[in-house]
Amino acid sequence: MRQDVTPPTIGTQSPEIMSKIAEKFVSMEYGPAIEDPKEALAWLDGHQRRFGHFINGAWQPPVAGEHFQTADPSTGQELATVAQGSAADIELAVKSARAAFAGWNSLSGHLRARYLYALARQVQKHSRRLAVLETLDNGKTIRESRDLDIPLVARHFYHHAGWAQLLEQEFPGYVACGVVGQIIPWNFPLLMLAWKIAPALAAGNTLVLKPAEFTPLTALAFAEICQEIGLPAGVVNIVTGDGRAGEALVNHPDVDKIAFTGSTEVGRAIRKATSQSHKRLSLELGGKSPFVIFDDADLDSAVEGLVDGIWLNQGQVCCAGSRLLMQESVADKLVAKIRTRMETLRVGAPLDKAVDVGAIVAPVQLQRIRRLVEQGIAEGANCCQPAAALPTTGLYYPPTLLTNVHPSSVVVQEEIFGPVLAAMTFRTLREAVELANNTTYGLAASVWSENINVALQVASQIKAGVVWVNSTNLFDAACGFGGYRESGYGREGGREGLLEYLEPKWFKNAPPVKNEELVANSEMRPTEPAGAAIDRTVKLYIAGKQARPDSGYSFPVHAPGGQLLGEAPLGNRKDIRNAVEAARKAESWGKATAHNRAQVLYYLGENLARRSEEIAARLARVTGEEQARKELSGAVERIFCYAAWADKFDGAVHNPPFRNVSLAMNEAIGTIGILCPGEAPLLGFLSLVLPAIALGNTVVAIPSEHYPLITADLYQLFDTSDLPAGVVNIVTGRSAELMKVLAEHDDLDAIWCLSSAQNAAQVKALSVGNLKQVFTNEGRSIDWFDPRQGEGRWFLQHAAQVKNIWVPYGE
Amino acid sequence: MCRQRMMESFSPASMESTYQMPRSLDASLIPLSERALQPNRGVPLNLDWIDAVRVNTSALERRAATLVTRRSVKKDWQAAWLLRAISCMDLTTLSGDDTEQRVLRLCAKGRQPVQRSILKQLGLESFELKVAAICVYHTFVEAALRGTEGSGIKVAAVSTGFPTGLSPLAERVGEIRRSVEAGAHEIDVVITRAHVFAARWQALYDEIATFKEACGRAHMKVILGTGDLATLRNVARASMVAMMAGADFIKTSTGKEAVNATLPVGLVMTRAIREYAQQTGMSVGFKPAGGIRTAKQSLEWLSLMKEELGDLWLNATLFRFGASGMLADIERQLEYYATGRYSADYRHPIA
Repeated sequence: MRQDVTPPTIGTQSPEIMSKIAEKFVSMEYGPAIEDPKEALAWLDGHQRRFGHFINGAWQPPVAGEHFQTADPSTGQELATVAQGSAADIELAVKSARAAFAGWNSLSGHLRARYLYALARQVQKHSRRLAVLETLDNGKTIRESRDLDIPLVARHFYHHAGWAQLLEQEFPGYVACGVVGQIIPWNFPLLMLAWKIAPALAAGNTLVLKPAEFTPLTALAFAEICQEIGLPAGVVNIVTGDGRAGEALVNHPDVDKIAFTGSTEVGRAIRKATSQSHKRLSLELGGKSPFVIFDDADLDSAVEGLVDGIWLNQGQVCCAGSRLLMQESVADKLVAKIRTRMETLRVGAPLDKAVDVGAIVAPVQLQRIRRLVEQGIAEGANCCQPAAALPTTGLYYPPTLLTNVHPSSVVVQEEIFGPVLAAMTFRTLREAVELANNTTYGLAASVWSENINVALQVASQIKAGVVWVNSTNLFDAACGFGGYRESGYGREGGREGLLEYLEPKWFKNAPPVKNEELVANSEMRPTEPAGAAIDRTVKLYIAGKQARPDSGYSFPVHAPGGQLLGEAPLGNRKDIRNAVEAARKAESWGKATAHNRAQVLYYLGENLARRSEEIAARLARVTGEEQARKELSGAVERIFCYAAWADKFDGAVHNPPFRNVSLAMNEAIGTIGILCPGEAPLLGFLSLVLPAIALGNTVVAIPSEHYPLITADLYQLFDTSDLPAGVVNIVTGRSAELMKVLAEHDDLDAIWCLSSAQNAAQVKALSVGNLKQVFTNEGRSIDWFDPRQGEGRWFLQHAAQVKNIWVPYGE
Repeated sequence: MCRQRMMESFSPASMESTYQMPRSLDASLIPLSERALQPNRGVPLNLDWIDAVRVNTSALERRAATLVTRRSVKKDWQAAWLLRAISCMDLTTLSGDDTEQRVLRLCAKGRQPVQRSILKQLGLESFELKVAAICVYHTFVEAALRGTEGSGIKVAAVSTGFPTGLSPLAERVGEIRRSVEAGAHEIDVVITRAHVFAARWQALYDEIATFKEACGRAHMKVILGTGDLATLRNVARASMVAMMAGADFIKTSTGKEAVNATLPVGLVMTRAIREYAQQTGMSVGFKPAGGIRTAKQSLEWLSLMKEELGDLWLNATLFRFGASGMLADIERQLEYYATGRYSADYRHPIA
């Protein structure tokens, strides 16, 4: 039975004159707890609330004299006037970065480490000012900027001070890319800056960074920090402005690498814009990340996970867990819990320390959220929002749960980038994985189950660069972050992230490739099938079978001297289609054990060695005897090399600063299209196909146009070496035409083109459909006979993508 | 509670893997804020509820760590919350050197927990603030009753072989009876921790139900000894059993274990209370005890209650602090708030 305790009485006073405190004693409301912005505003005032670009270590007014205003989204109040960057500003900034490169790059790792350490320290010393500034400019809550963004910024610089120190020992043979252009989004302005700048500087690059138009202020504060610590002029340049400035940076001919974080749409445009150049590219794009809850999960904790997953930063998070997948048996309970939890989320002034959901960054974003949710409702979604009213001014959107949505719903397919959760159910683990992967994105996933078998099984099967087990939105400088599929390529953080800012020294200095097109069988006119002196019939190799080309045509293959060597099948787009389908079907190759794959490769080596004489004899007709011999002996060795690597390309266990293991797993990319180099018909083919299949990828290869007849030798080898059907598929024909089909194929995960610069440019431009990963020789020549160039980790890195699985533990 | 917009669905009814709100909601799915909860009468032991317990320690620790950074009360609100914390205090003395005079002094402090001068400066002259209860060993029940007479302050006795609970059952039950006969309003009992380790849920249930019966009309707080139970899952399971067996309150610790009331433990227990209330429509109170010494901690615990269980659990009927030193710190904070000057211990009457 309950024994009621009489609450203290408030005396005899009437409520009118009741003390303000007594009133609150009764209501037990939180009341406002506003972080005082005066220091941050004083800093803005100190700059007369007007900023130029930060170029060559000094503030520079924009060349064109154009400015724009940045405002507080929670009040609409103008904060400062900032410079609109133009091509002329970018020109100055890139020049300054280029001028600073030699000096910065020649510093010892230790000296660079000192600068990075100083940046970390200086960020920490001014952490509150930076946090308040971030909140003012972005609308995110002060709790997040104070507890999440800024501490992670400092952590990123500390961690990379360490990489600068260790660079020479840990990355021997690697050098900086050069001048890097970096474009960052508005959702985590200073954090994204740190993710970009810290590894670039650690690796010895200089850079030009363009912060997002909506949120330039903390980048400018960071520029001042660079001055304060005495960073050499020109090492970091910051140009503010809208997409025009970004475009100028992307198109600048003297930029060696572009690193971009933002929308998939802009990522595509950048891929296209850089296709004619040799700029390296890393893209961290959008997502529609699944949040999977199994019936044996700690449901209350999972609901809190959702708070951090979809309501963090108003859901304006690329890896937000925006697609909720609930096991049917707990769906009702979960929805009830989520709805209850939504009621206690406090939406309001971002500077209020007791607010969970702040303001949306800009009117255009708010409109987008509204439009998509309305569209969802029109499609039949049930929309649930908390009862509390939103603030009357400022850009706010309430936490939102949409049920009765389907994989076909627009709110399930499109990235909303707002506090909107779309909930669906699943019946089995298999269906959960299927639904989780039913998206063009692949950035992150969160999996909740108390059964480690279930959690890790799902983590291994979800196509995403980051998987959080029983947790969500955890970030650390030591762990790689980045996506699969249309969420981009490249990683940020950890060893894998640093590699994005490094290149093998030999590759950077490699001479341009000779124009090979002329030597090829350019006279590829069809001939009548069957001829007099043809020693054997060459076919395509698809799904483990020799296949006639769909066209029904063959083409003659001539030796350099002009004599007819034979005829090769003239493959067309349908043959490519069939080959990709076969390769996709053979994906279980990736699930075979690495030991098993190594065995197949060794067997391949054994069989090639046995037949090397006859293959060399045939090959010699195009390459001459000497090269043919070298190719054969090199090929056997290369096979052994990748058989050796198959079970040794290990991942890592990262060490973020809490009780957790982060497993950085090297996973196969999937199905790769490979355009083989012309100069070494056999060795070139194997140098690319072997690393791909050693790690579990499946391949569609287009052999060298010089000698497509090698196909016949290859498939006989594959057939006799127990290589499962479909793991390697070979289509011969007009390589430019076949390559186009491959580059445009949306079911191909990567395309490698190591032939001419012209082909490389075309492949890059055509890859934008599904943003497949592109690996090219950038028009540089690779010596396939030199193992330091033609084999090893560099190729394996292109054949794998790193998945970071976060597994917190503890009982 | 939710603005819910229902629209005609364009999708075929046969769509699988999509979620539709069920037509009639199971009572256990209705939020607590929308239910009229009854005092706990207990329910038969339901082992399914024990089996259903899932606690992910890491996730729970993250929630506990960020819960306190997500909320902040300042100025008038903070003063009000601190006063509320006092009103929920079980002002406690459980030392070997306790004497009647010591207990009477405690009672006097409980009746006037904050100096009148400070209350006046806060505009609360006529505010009749007092602690919720005085918590003592059985020996001092009579003294405590004398000391609190006419104040409305309850007297709580720790019982059942406190703090280890290892004396024979008959003696433990006898102890409860004697304290109830002596006039104690509330009995804080301890459980046999070994039952939890061995998963002897029926035995644990029976033990607590026996205590409850012995308590009669007195209010029973069940101390789980969470520091001894070692894992959060054990805490959750023991909480469930205690509630099913009729606990009016579940309480973290005796104050004598190596680890006392921590926020993660508090979170597990409040979630268990929520689950139980969802399932049964009955409310159980919560008492963190031991290790809560500062005004700041009191605010953290109050905001934990508000966030996880709602405003109903922000008063002494359903929430108590087991503490002693915390009061001094709160009084100092209130004086600082009233005067703008930091105070010193010796300037406040001790308990």
